[in-house]
Amino acid sequence: MNVISKHPLAIRWFHWINFPVLGIMIWSGLLIYWANGVYKIAVGDTTIIKFFPDGFYKALKVPFHLAKGMSFHFAFAWLFVVNGIVYVAYTIFSGEWRYLVPNRRSFKEAWQVLLHDLHIRKYQPPQLKYNAAQRIAYTLIILMGIGSVWTGLAIYKPVQFSWMAWMCGGYEAARVEHFILTIGYVVFFLIHIVQVIITGWNNFQAMISGLEVIKPAKQIRSNEEA
Amino acid sequence: MKRPDFFSNRTKEIRTSSFRKRAVFSFVSFAVLLLAAIFFWKWLNHQPTEQGALKPLRKTLEANEKILKNAVFDTNHLAKEFPEKDAVKNVRVNGLIGMEKTIDASTWRLNVVRSTGDTLKLSLDDIKKLPRKDVIFDFKCIEGWSQVTHWAGVPLKTFMQYYHLDAQEKLAYVGLQTVDKKYYVGVDMPSALQSQTILCYEMNNKSLPMNQGFPLRLIIPVKYGIKHLKQIGTIYFSDQKPPDYWAERGYDYYAGL
Repeated sequence: MNVISKHPLAIRWFHWINFPVLGIMIWSGLLIYWANGVYKIAVGDTTIIKFFPDGFYKALKVPFHLAKGMSFHFAFAWLFVVNGIVYVAYTIFSGEWRYLVPNRRSFKEAWQVLLHDLHIRKYQPPQLKYNAAQRIAYTLIILMGIGSVWTGLAIYKPVQFSWMAWMCGGYEAARVEHFILTIGYVVFFLIHIVQVIITGWNNFQAMISGLEVIKPAKQIRSNEEA
Repeated sequence: MKRPDFFSNRTKEIRTSSFRKRAVFSFVSFAVLLLAAIFFWKWLNHQPTEQGALKPLRKTLEANEKILKNAVFDTNHLAKEFPEKDAVKNVRVNGLIGMEKTIDASTWRLNVVRSTGDTLKLSLDDIKKLPRKDVIFDFKCIEGWSQVTHWAGVPLKTFMQYYHLDAQEKLAYVGLQTVDKKYYVGVDMPSALQSQTILCYEMNNKSLPMNQGFPLRLIIPVKYGIKHLKQIGTIYFSDQKPPDYWAERGYDYYAGL
């Protein structure tokens, strides 16, 4: 059995701290959003999706907790921001960013990864720690985090940080963007969970232990392609 | 067999027995941290409340307030103003707490408490004599909606200078109460003295409607709507935080924008 150390301890910490913190940010954000829950997707006068239906709010005990939502949101935002900054700084100084940031080939290869995942293509392109689709996703999620903090500050202090709100296209636009980014996290989370389940235990446990068991067959295959 | 560089350059291969040991240690650590996180969450949610917010969260709101007051707020940061045509005609009425059904402007007086036992009583005409300022800005409710609205009145700073409230300007807070005193707010002095803060008696160039706080209300664009107290009865000044209706119900006291 070949075992290699895959995820550094620091990255595992940042990942598992971020998980509940982002969860709390989304939940408390929902408590805040409810007080003016006006967004929907509509064609003409026909509403296709309402954000959110009353049943959804009731099931999650959302209604009438604006003050509570704000008190949690503006406390846990600190953890979200600090954890995010330290994570990005770590990836820069440790060189881990080399595995995470997409390169020239990534966008073409991500397509091949997608075809492989959908069982249309037999082989994956060769990869290092993360495949091309992962590189794009894990870099995009950092940009989304920066976007959430930016739009969040624009909504939080639109007069003091008026230039930030202006760059978002105004206060109301910043609120919409903040909301869309949050929906983005939920979509990311769902895809992430499905991928983790499909990839299996060995991959999942590496995010806890840091160690991954390498199956020789996989190595040979990816080298054949290379 | 050539391996990708993260296998060979940056990491060592690990023996199976050592892998088992390290994996078990990691999983135990993970479980302990997970329990600690759950324990922390339960602990936090069972803390006593202070002014309607869980105490640690109230303390955080106050710490945020300190940072915002000292490092972020700048009296030169003005709320964006709009041309008159952008102001809405149907201005949203969102709160009637502490409001009388009608107020007789001829008997109404603004009580300006200069100090205990020294109250200045001013009529609406006294206030209208002072320089008038129009403020057309995006009024923001803490609920999340906003509306471009048109108000006019005397800047609070001008008002305080005219009535020689210099000593009061040096205090940390302004407190306001409705005529019936059932709604009350506190505002930090720098925000109160910001040039767009007005004692407002007109909306869309007409006398304030009763449900918008006739005869006099506060318009303070650097704060959420909860601070824009309607039907002002009393103004006072203090170094302590004046009681604040919504801050007592779990909201951030500062509520600045």
